[in-house]
Amino acid sequence: MKIQHRETERHVLTILVDNEAGILAKIAGLFTARGYNIDSLTVADITENHAVSRITIVTNGPPAVIDQIQAQLERLVPVHKVIDLTEEGPHVERELALIKVAGQGENRVEALRLADVFRAKVVDTTTQSFIFELTGAPDKIDSFVALMRELGLVEVGRTGVVGMTRGPEGA
Amino acid sequence: MAEEKSGAAILVESLVRQGVEYVFGYPGGAVLPIYDELFSDNRVRHILVRHEAGAAHAAEGYARSTGRPGVVLVTSGPGATNAITGIADAFMDSIPLVVITGQVATNLIGTDAFQEADTIGLTRHCTKHNYLVKDPSELAATIDEAFQIATSGRPGPVVIDIPKNVQVATAMLQDGAPQRRIRYTPQTAGSPDEIATAIEMIAGAKRPILYTGGGVINSGPRATELLRRFQELTGAPVTSTLMGLGAFPADHPDWLGMLGMHGTYEANLAMNECDVMVNVGARFDDRVTGRLDAFSPNSEKIHIDIDRSSINKVVPVDLGIIGDCGTVLEQLIEVWGKRPAADLSEWKGRIEDWRAKDSLAYPTQQKGGVIMPQRAIERLHALTKELEPIISTEVGQHQMWAAQYFGFDKPNKWLTSGGLGTMGYGMPAAIGAQLGNPGRLVIDIAGEASIQMNIQEMGTATQFRLPVKVFILNNEYMGMVRQWQELTYESRYSNSYSDSLPDFVRLAESYGWKGIRVHDGSELDDAIAALIAPDGPVMVDCLVAKEANCFPVTPHDEAKALV
Repeated sequence: MKIQHRETERHVLTILVDNEAGILAKIAGLFTARGYNIDSLTVADITENHAVSRITIVTNGPPAVIDQIQAQLERLVPVHKVIDLTEEGPHVERELALIKVAGQGENRVEALRLADVFRAKVVDTTTQSFIFELTGAPDKIDSFVALMRELGLVEVGRTGVVGMTRGPEGA
Repeated sequence: MAEEKSGAAILVESLVRQGVEYVFGYPGGAVLPIYDELFSDNRVRHILVRHEAGAAHAAEGYARSTGRPGVVLVTSGPGATNAITGIADAFMDSIPLVVITGQVATNLIGTDAFQEADTIGLTRHCTKHNYLVKDPSELAATIDEAFQIATSGRPGPVVIDIPKNVQVATAMLQDGAPQRRIRYTPQTAGSPDEIATAIEMIAGAKRPILYTGGGVINSGPRATELLRRFQELTGAPVTSTLMGLGAFPADHPDWLGMLGMHGTYEANLAMNECDVMVNVGARFDDRVTGRLDAFSPNSEKIHIDIDRSSINKVVPVDLGIIGDCGTVLEQLIEVWGKRPAADLSEWKGRIEDWRAKDSLAYPTQQKGGVIMPQRAIERLHALTKELEPIISTEVGQHQMWAAQYFGFDKPNKWLTSGGLGTMGYGMPAAIGAQLGNPGRLVIDIAGEASIQMNIQEMGTATQFRLPVKVFILNNEYMGMVRQWQELTYESRYSNSYSDSLPDFVRLAESYGWKGIRVHDGSELDDAIAALIAPDGPVMVDCLVAKEANCFPVTPHDEAKALV
């Protein structure tokens, strides 16, 4: 018998939750327990009184599974709301990355030149290295990291995606 | 008015305010302050079990038979981990439980202290919700919310983990209901559009079927009445899952019997051939659907469920209605109005042809008076039905035979572990049911293997003078395992023989029960009479045909039944 694999879609989910102990473990655990995928996950508290956190999860799966993920998340008591940004339509996705590149001579100049093209900021520098700070959609960061790989990439740190629907309406 | 009380006192007071009659539990170091509080407070009765799994199952039996939440109290570490099987069982079968677990003091959490376990972490995926309470001032509101969550929406278990120092520390307890934000508000009614569409689909059906599940029972006795009324209006034949038995009377001409792996031929064929399927509070479990690509391929499907995640989880449906079964049935009945039932005579004619196959027939003639297990269940039903007994079971062949041959006609009278399939469920569940239904006949139909998984609870029944009855179908095998080994592993009976069995009669006597053994068909009726007559616990060890199989069976990777 062979295990069958199905076509998957990428979806960005925004989840508003009560900011209580264990909620992140509950959500992350739900994904592992039911065999769902997490491509990235970010979380931070977003209200003045620290009562609500906003979690953004990038996941992938067949459409029926994405619907099931949303239903399973909504079933958790501390979850207020789940928004599938991909389903909602036009939205903004942003990610922040720190990228360390080491090198000398032409490579170093080229790295700086490309950083300028990508509007990356230099946040640390030595005579042998830079740390760039780059914000953008995940694709843009992927491209920049790919270019830096040829120029002495040392390490990359990424926050994962946060997203928001376009237009005046709130979540 | 407000009064300063210890966390333990706040807990007990809160349980009283919730109307809790019984707490099923076992003491230990991390719950001593609560036990000390119970010592001087007789408003809540504590039922001392012999193992924490027994406490959870007893609370399940109490809840399932009364419709009220079951309450469990266990200590930290092993107390909590032992209770987890019962908690997971309640989660799968949607049984409302509130489980209080002791925890080591807050300053010791995370230090691998004596009897420390991460109860919140361990129960995260087998509870509807769980809490670690770190301040006694949060206890009253937490307990209030826990009961609301356990009992509303799709019911389920809720764990409240209380560190020992929080039980000792004090806080103000207000009179009246605690102030809290209401954050759990499940949808209970369908939208008018959905109801109208459903009625259109059902009224236009030539081959409709009602496929009902545990949700009808959980919704309360009124849902059962409404189901019967809706069936009367539409004339649709009815089948049910294991968990839904009793919602529709087994002696009704439109009753098809249970469906699924061990369901009747007519129920499974009717599901396969129907044109409109109305799923009321069931969840397309794999034991019901079998192979998904062959499951009722040509029907339009309506699914009524209070849990939105059950809809389209396994089987995509044409119309999902999120709501409580009782409420939605009431909406359907109202919109159906005075429509006449459609002419379903052709459909019912086909069903009668399938029924004529008599898929539950079994060989009745046995050499030397050997008792067929199916016959034992039929006689047990015939001789007790006037008393409207509550039946619990363990898990295995005996469970399926009980489901097939014991005719259920009322809700809350059938207690079985459906989703998790937990051996050892039946006797503690019977104990809980007996406490919730004093004076009622409660029988655990068991197998000789399953009963040993929580045999220690005989002591609980004796201590609290509970006249529970245990009827063991003893075939000296883990029968369901043996059956699968016979059918799919060429009869290689790997470890499925029940060796070194105890003498159940003497075991019963040692616990202060009455024990009876029966091995000849001619003695069966007398043994059943002796089981139900005395006002005390009785165990019958009924020796049955050793290699009888539970038929019909549709293996889960097949679409056709083996008969």
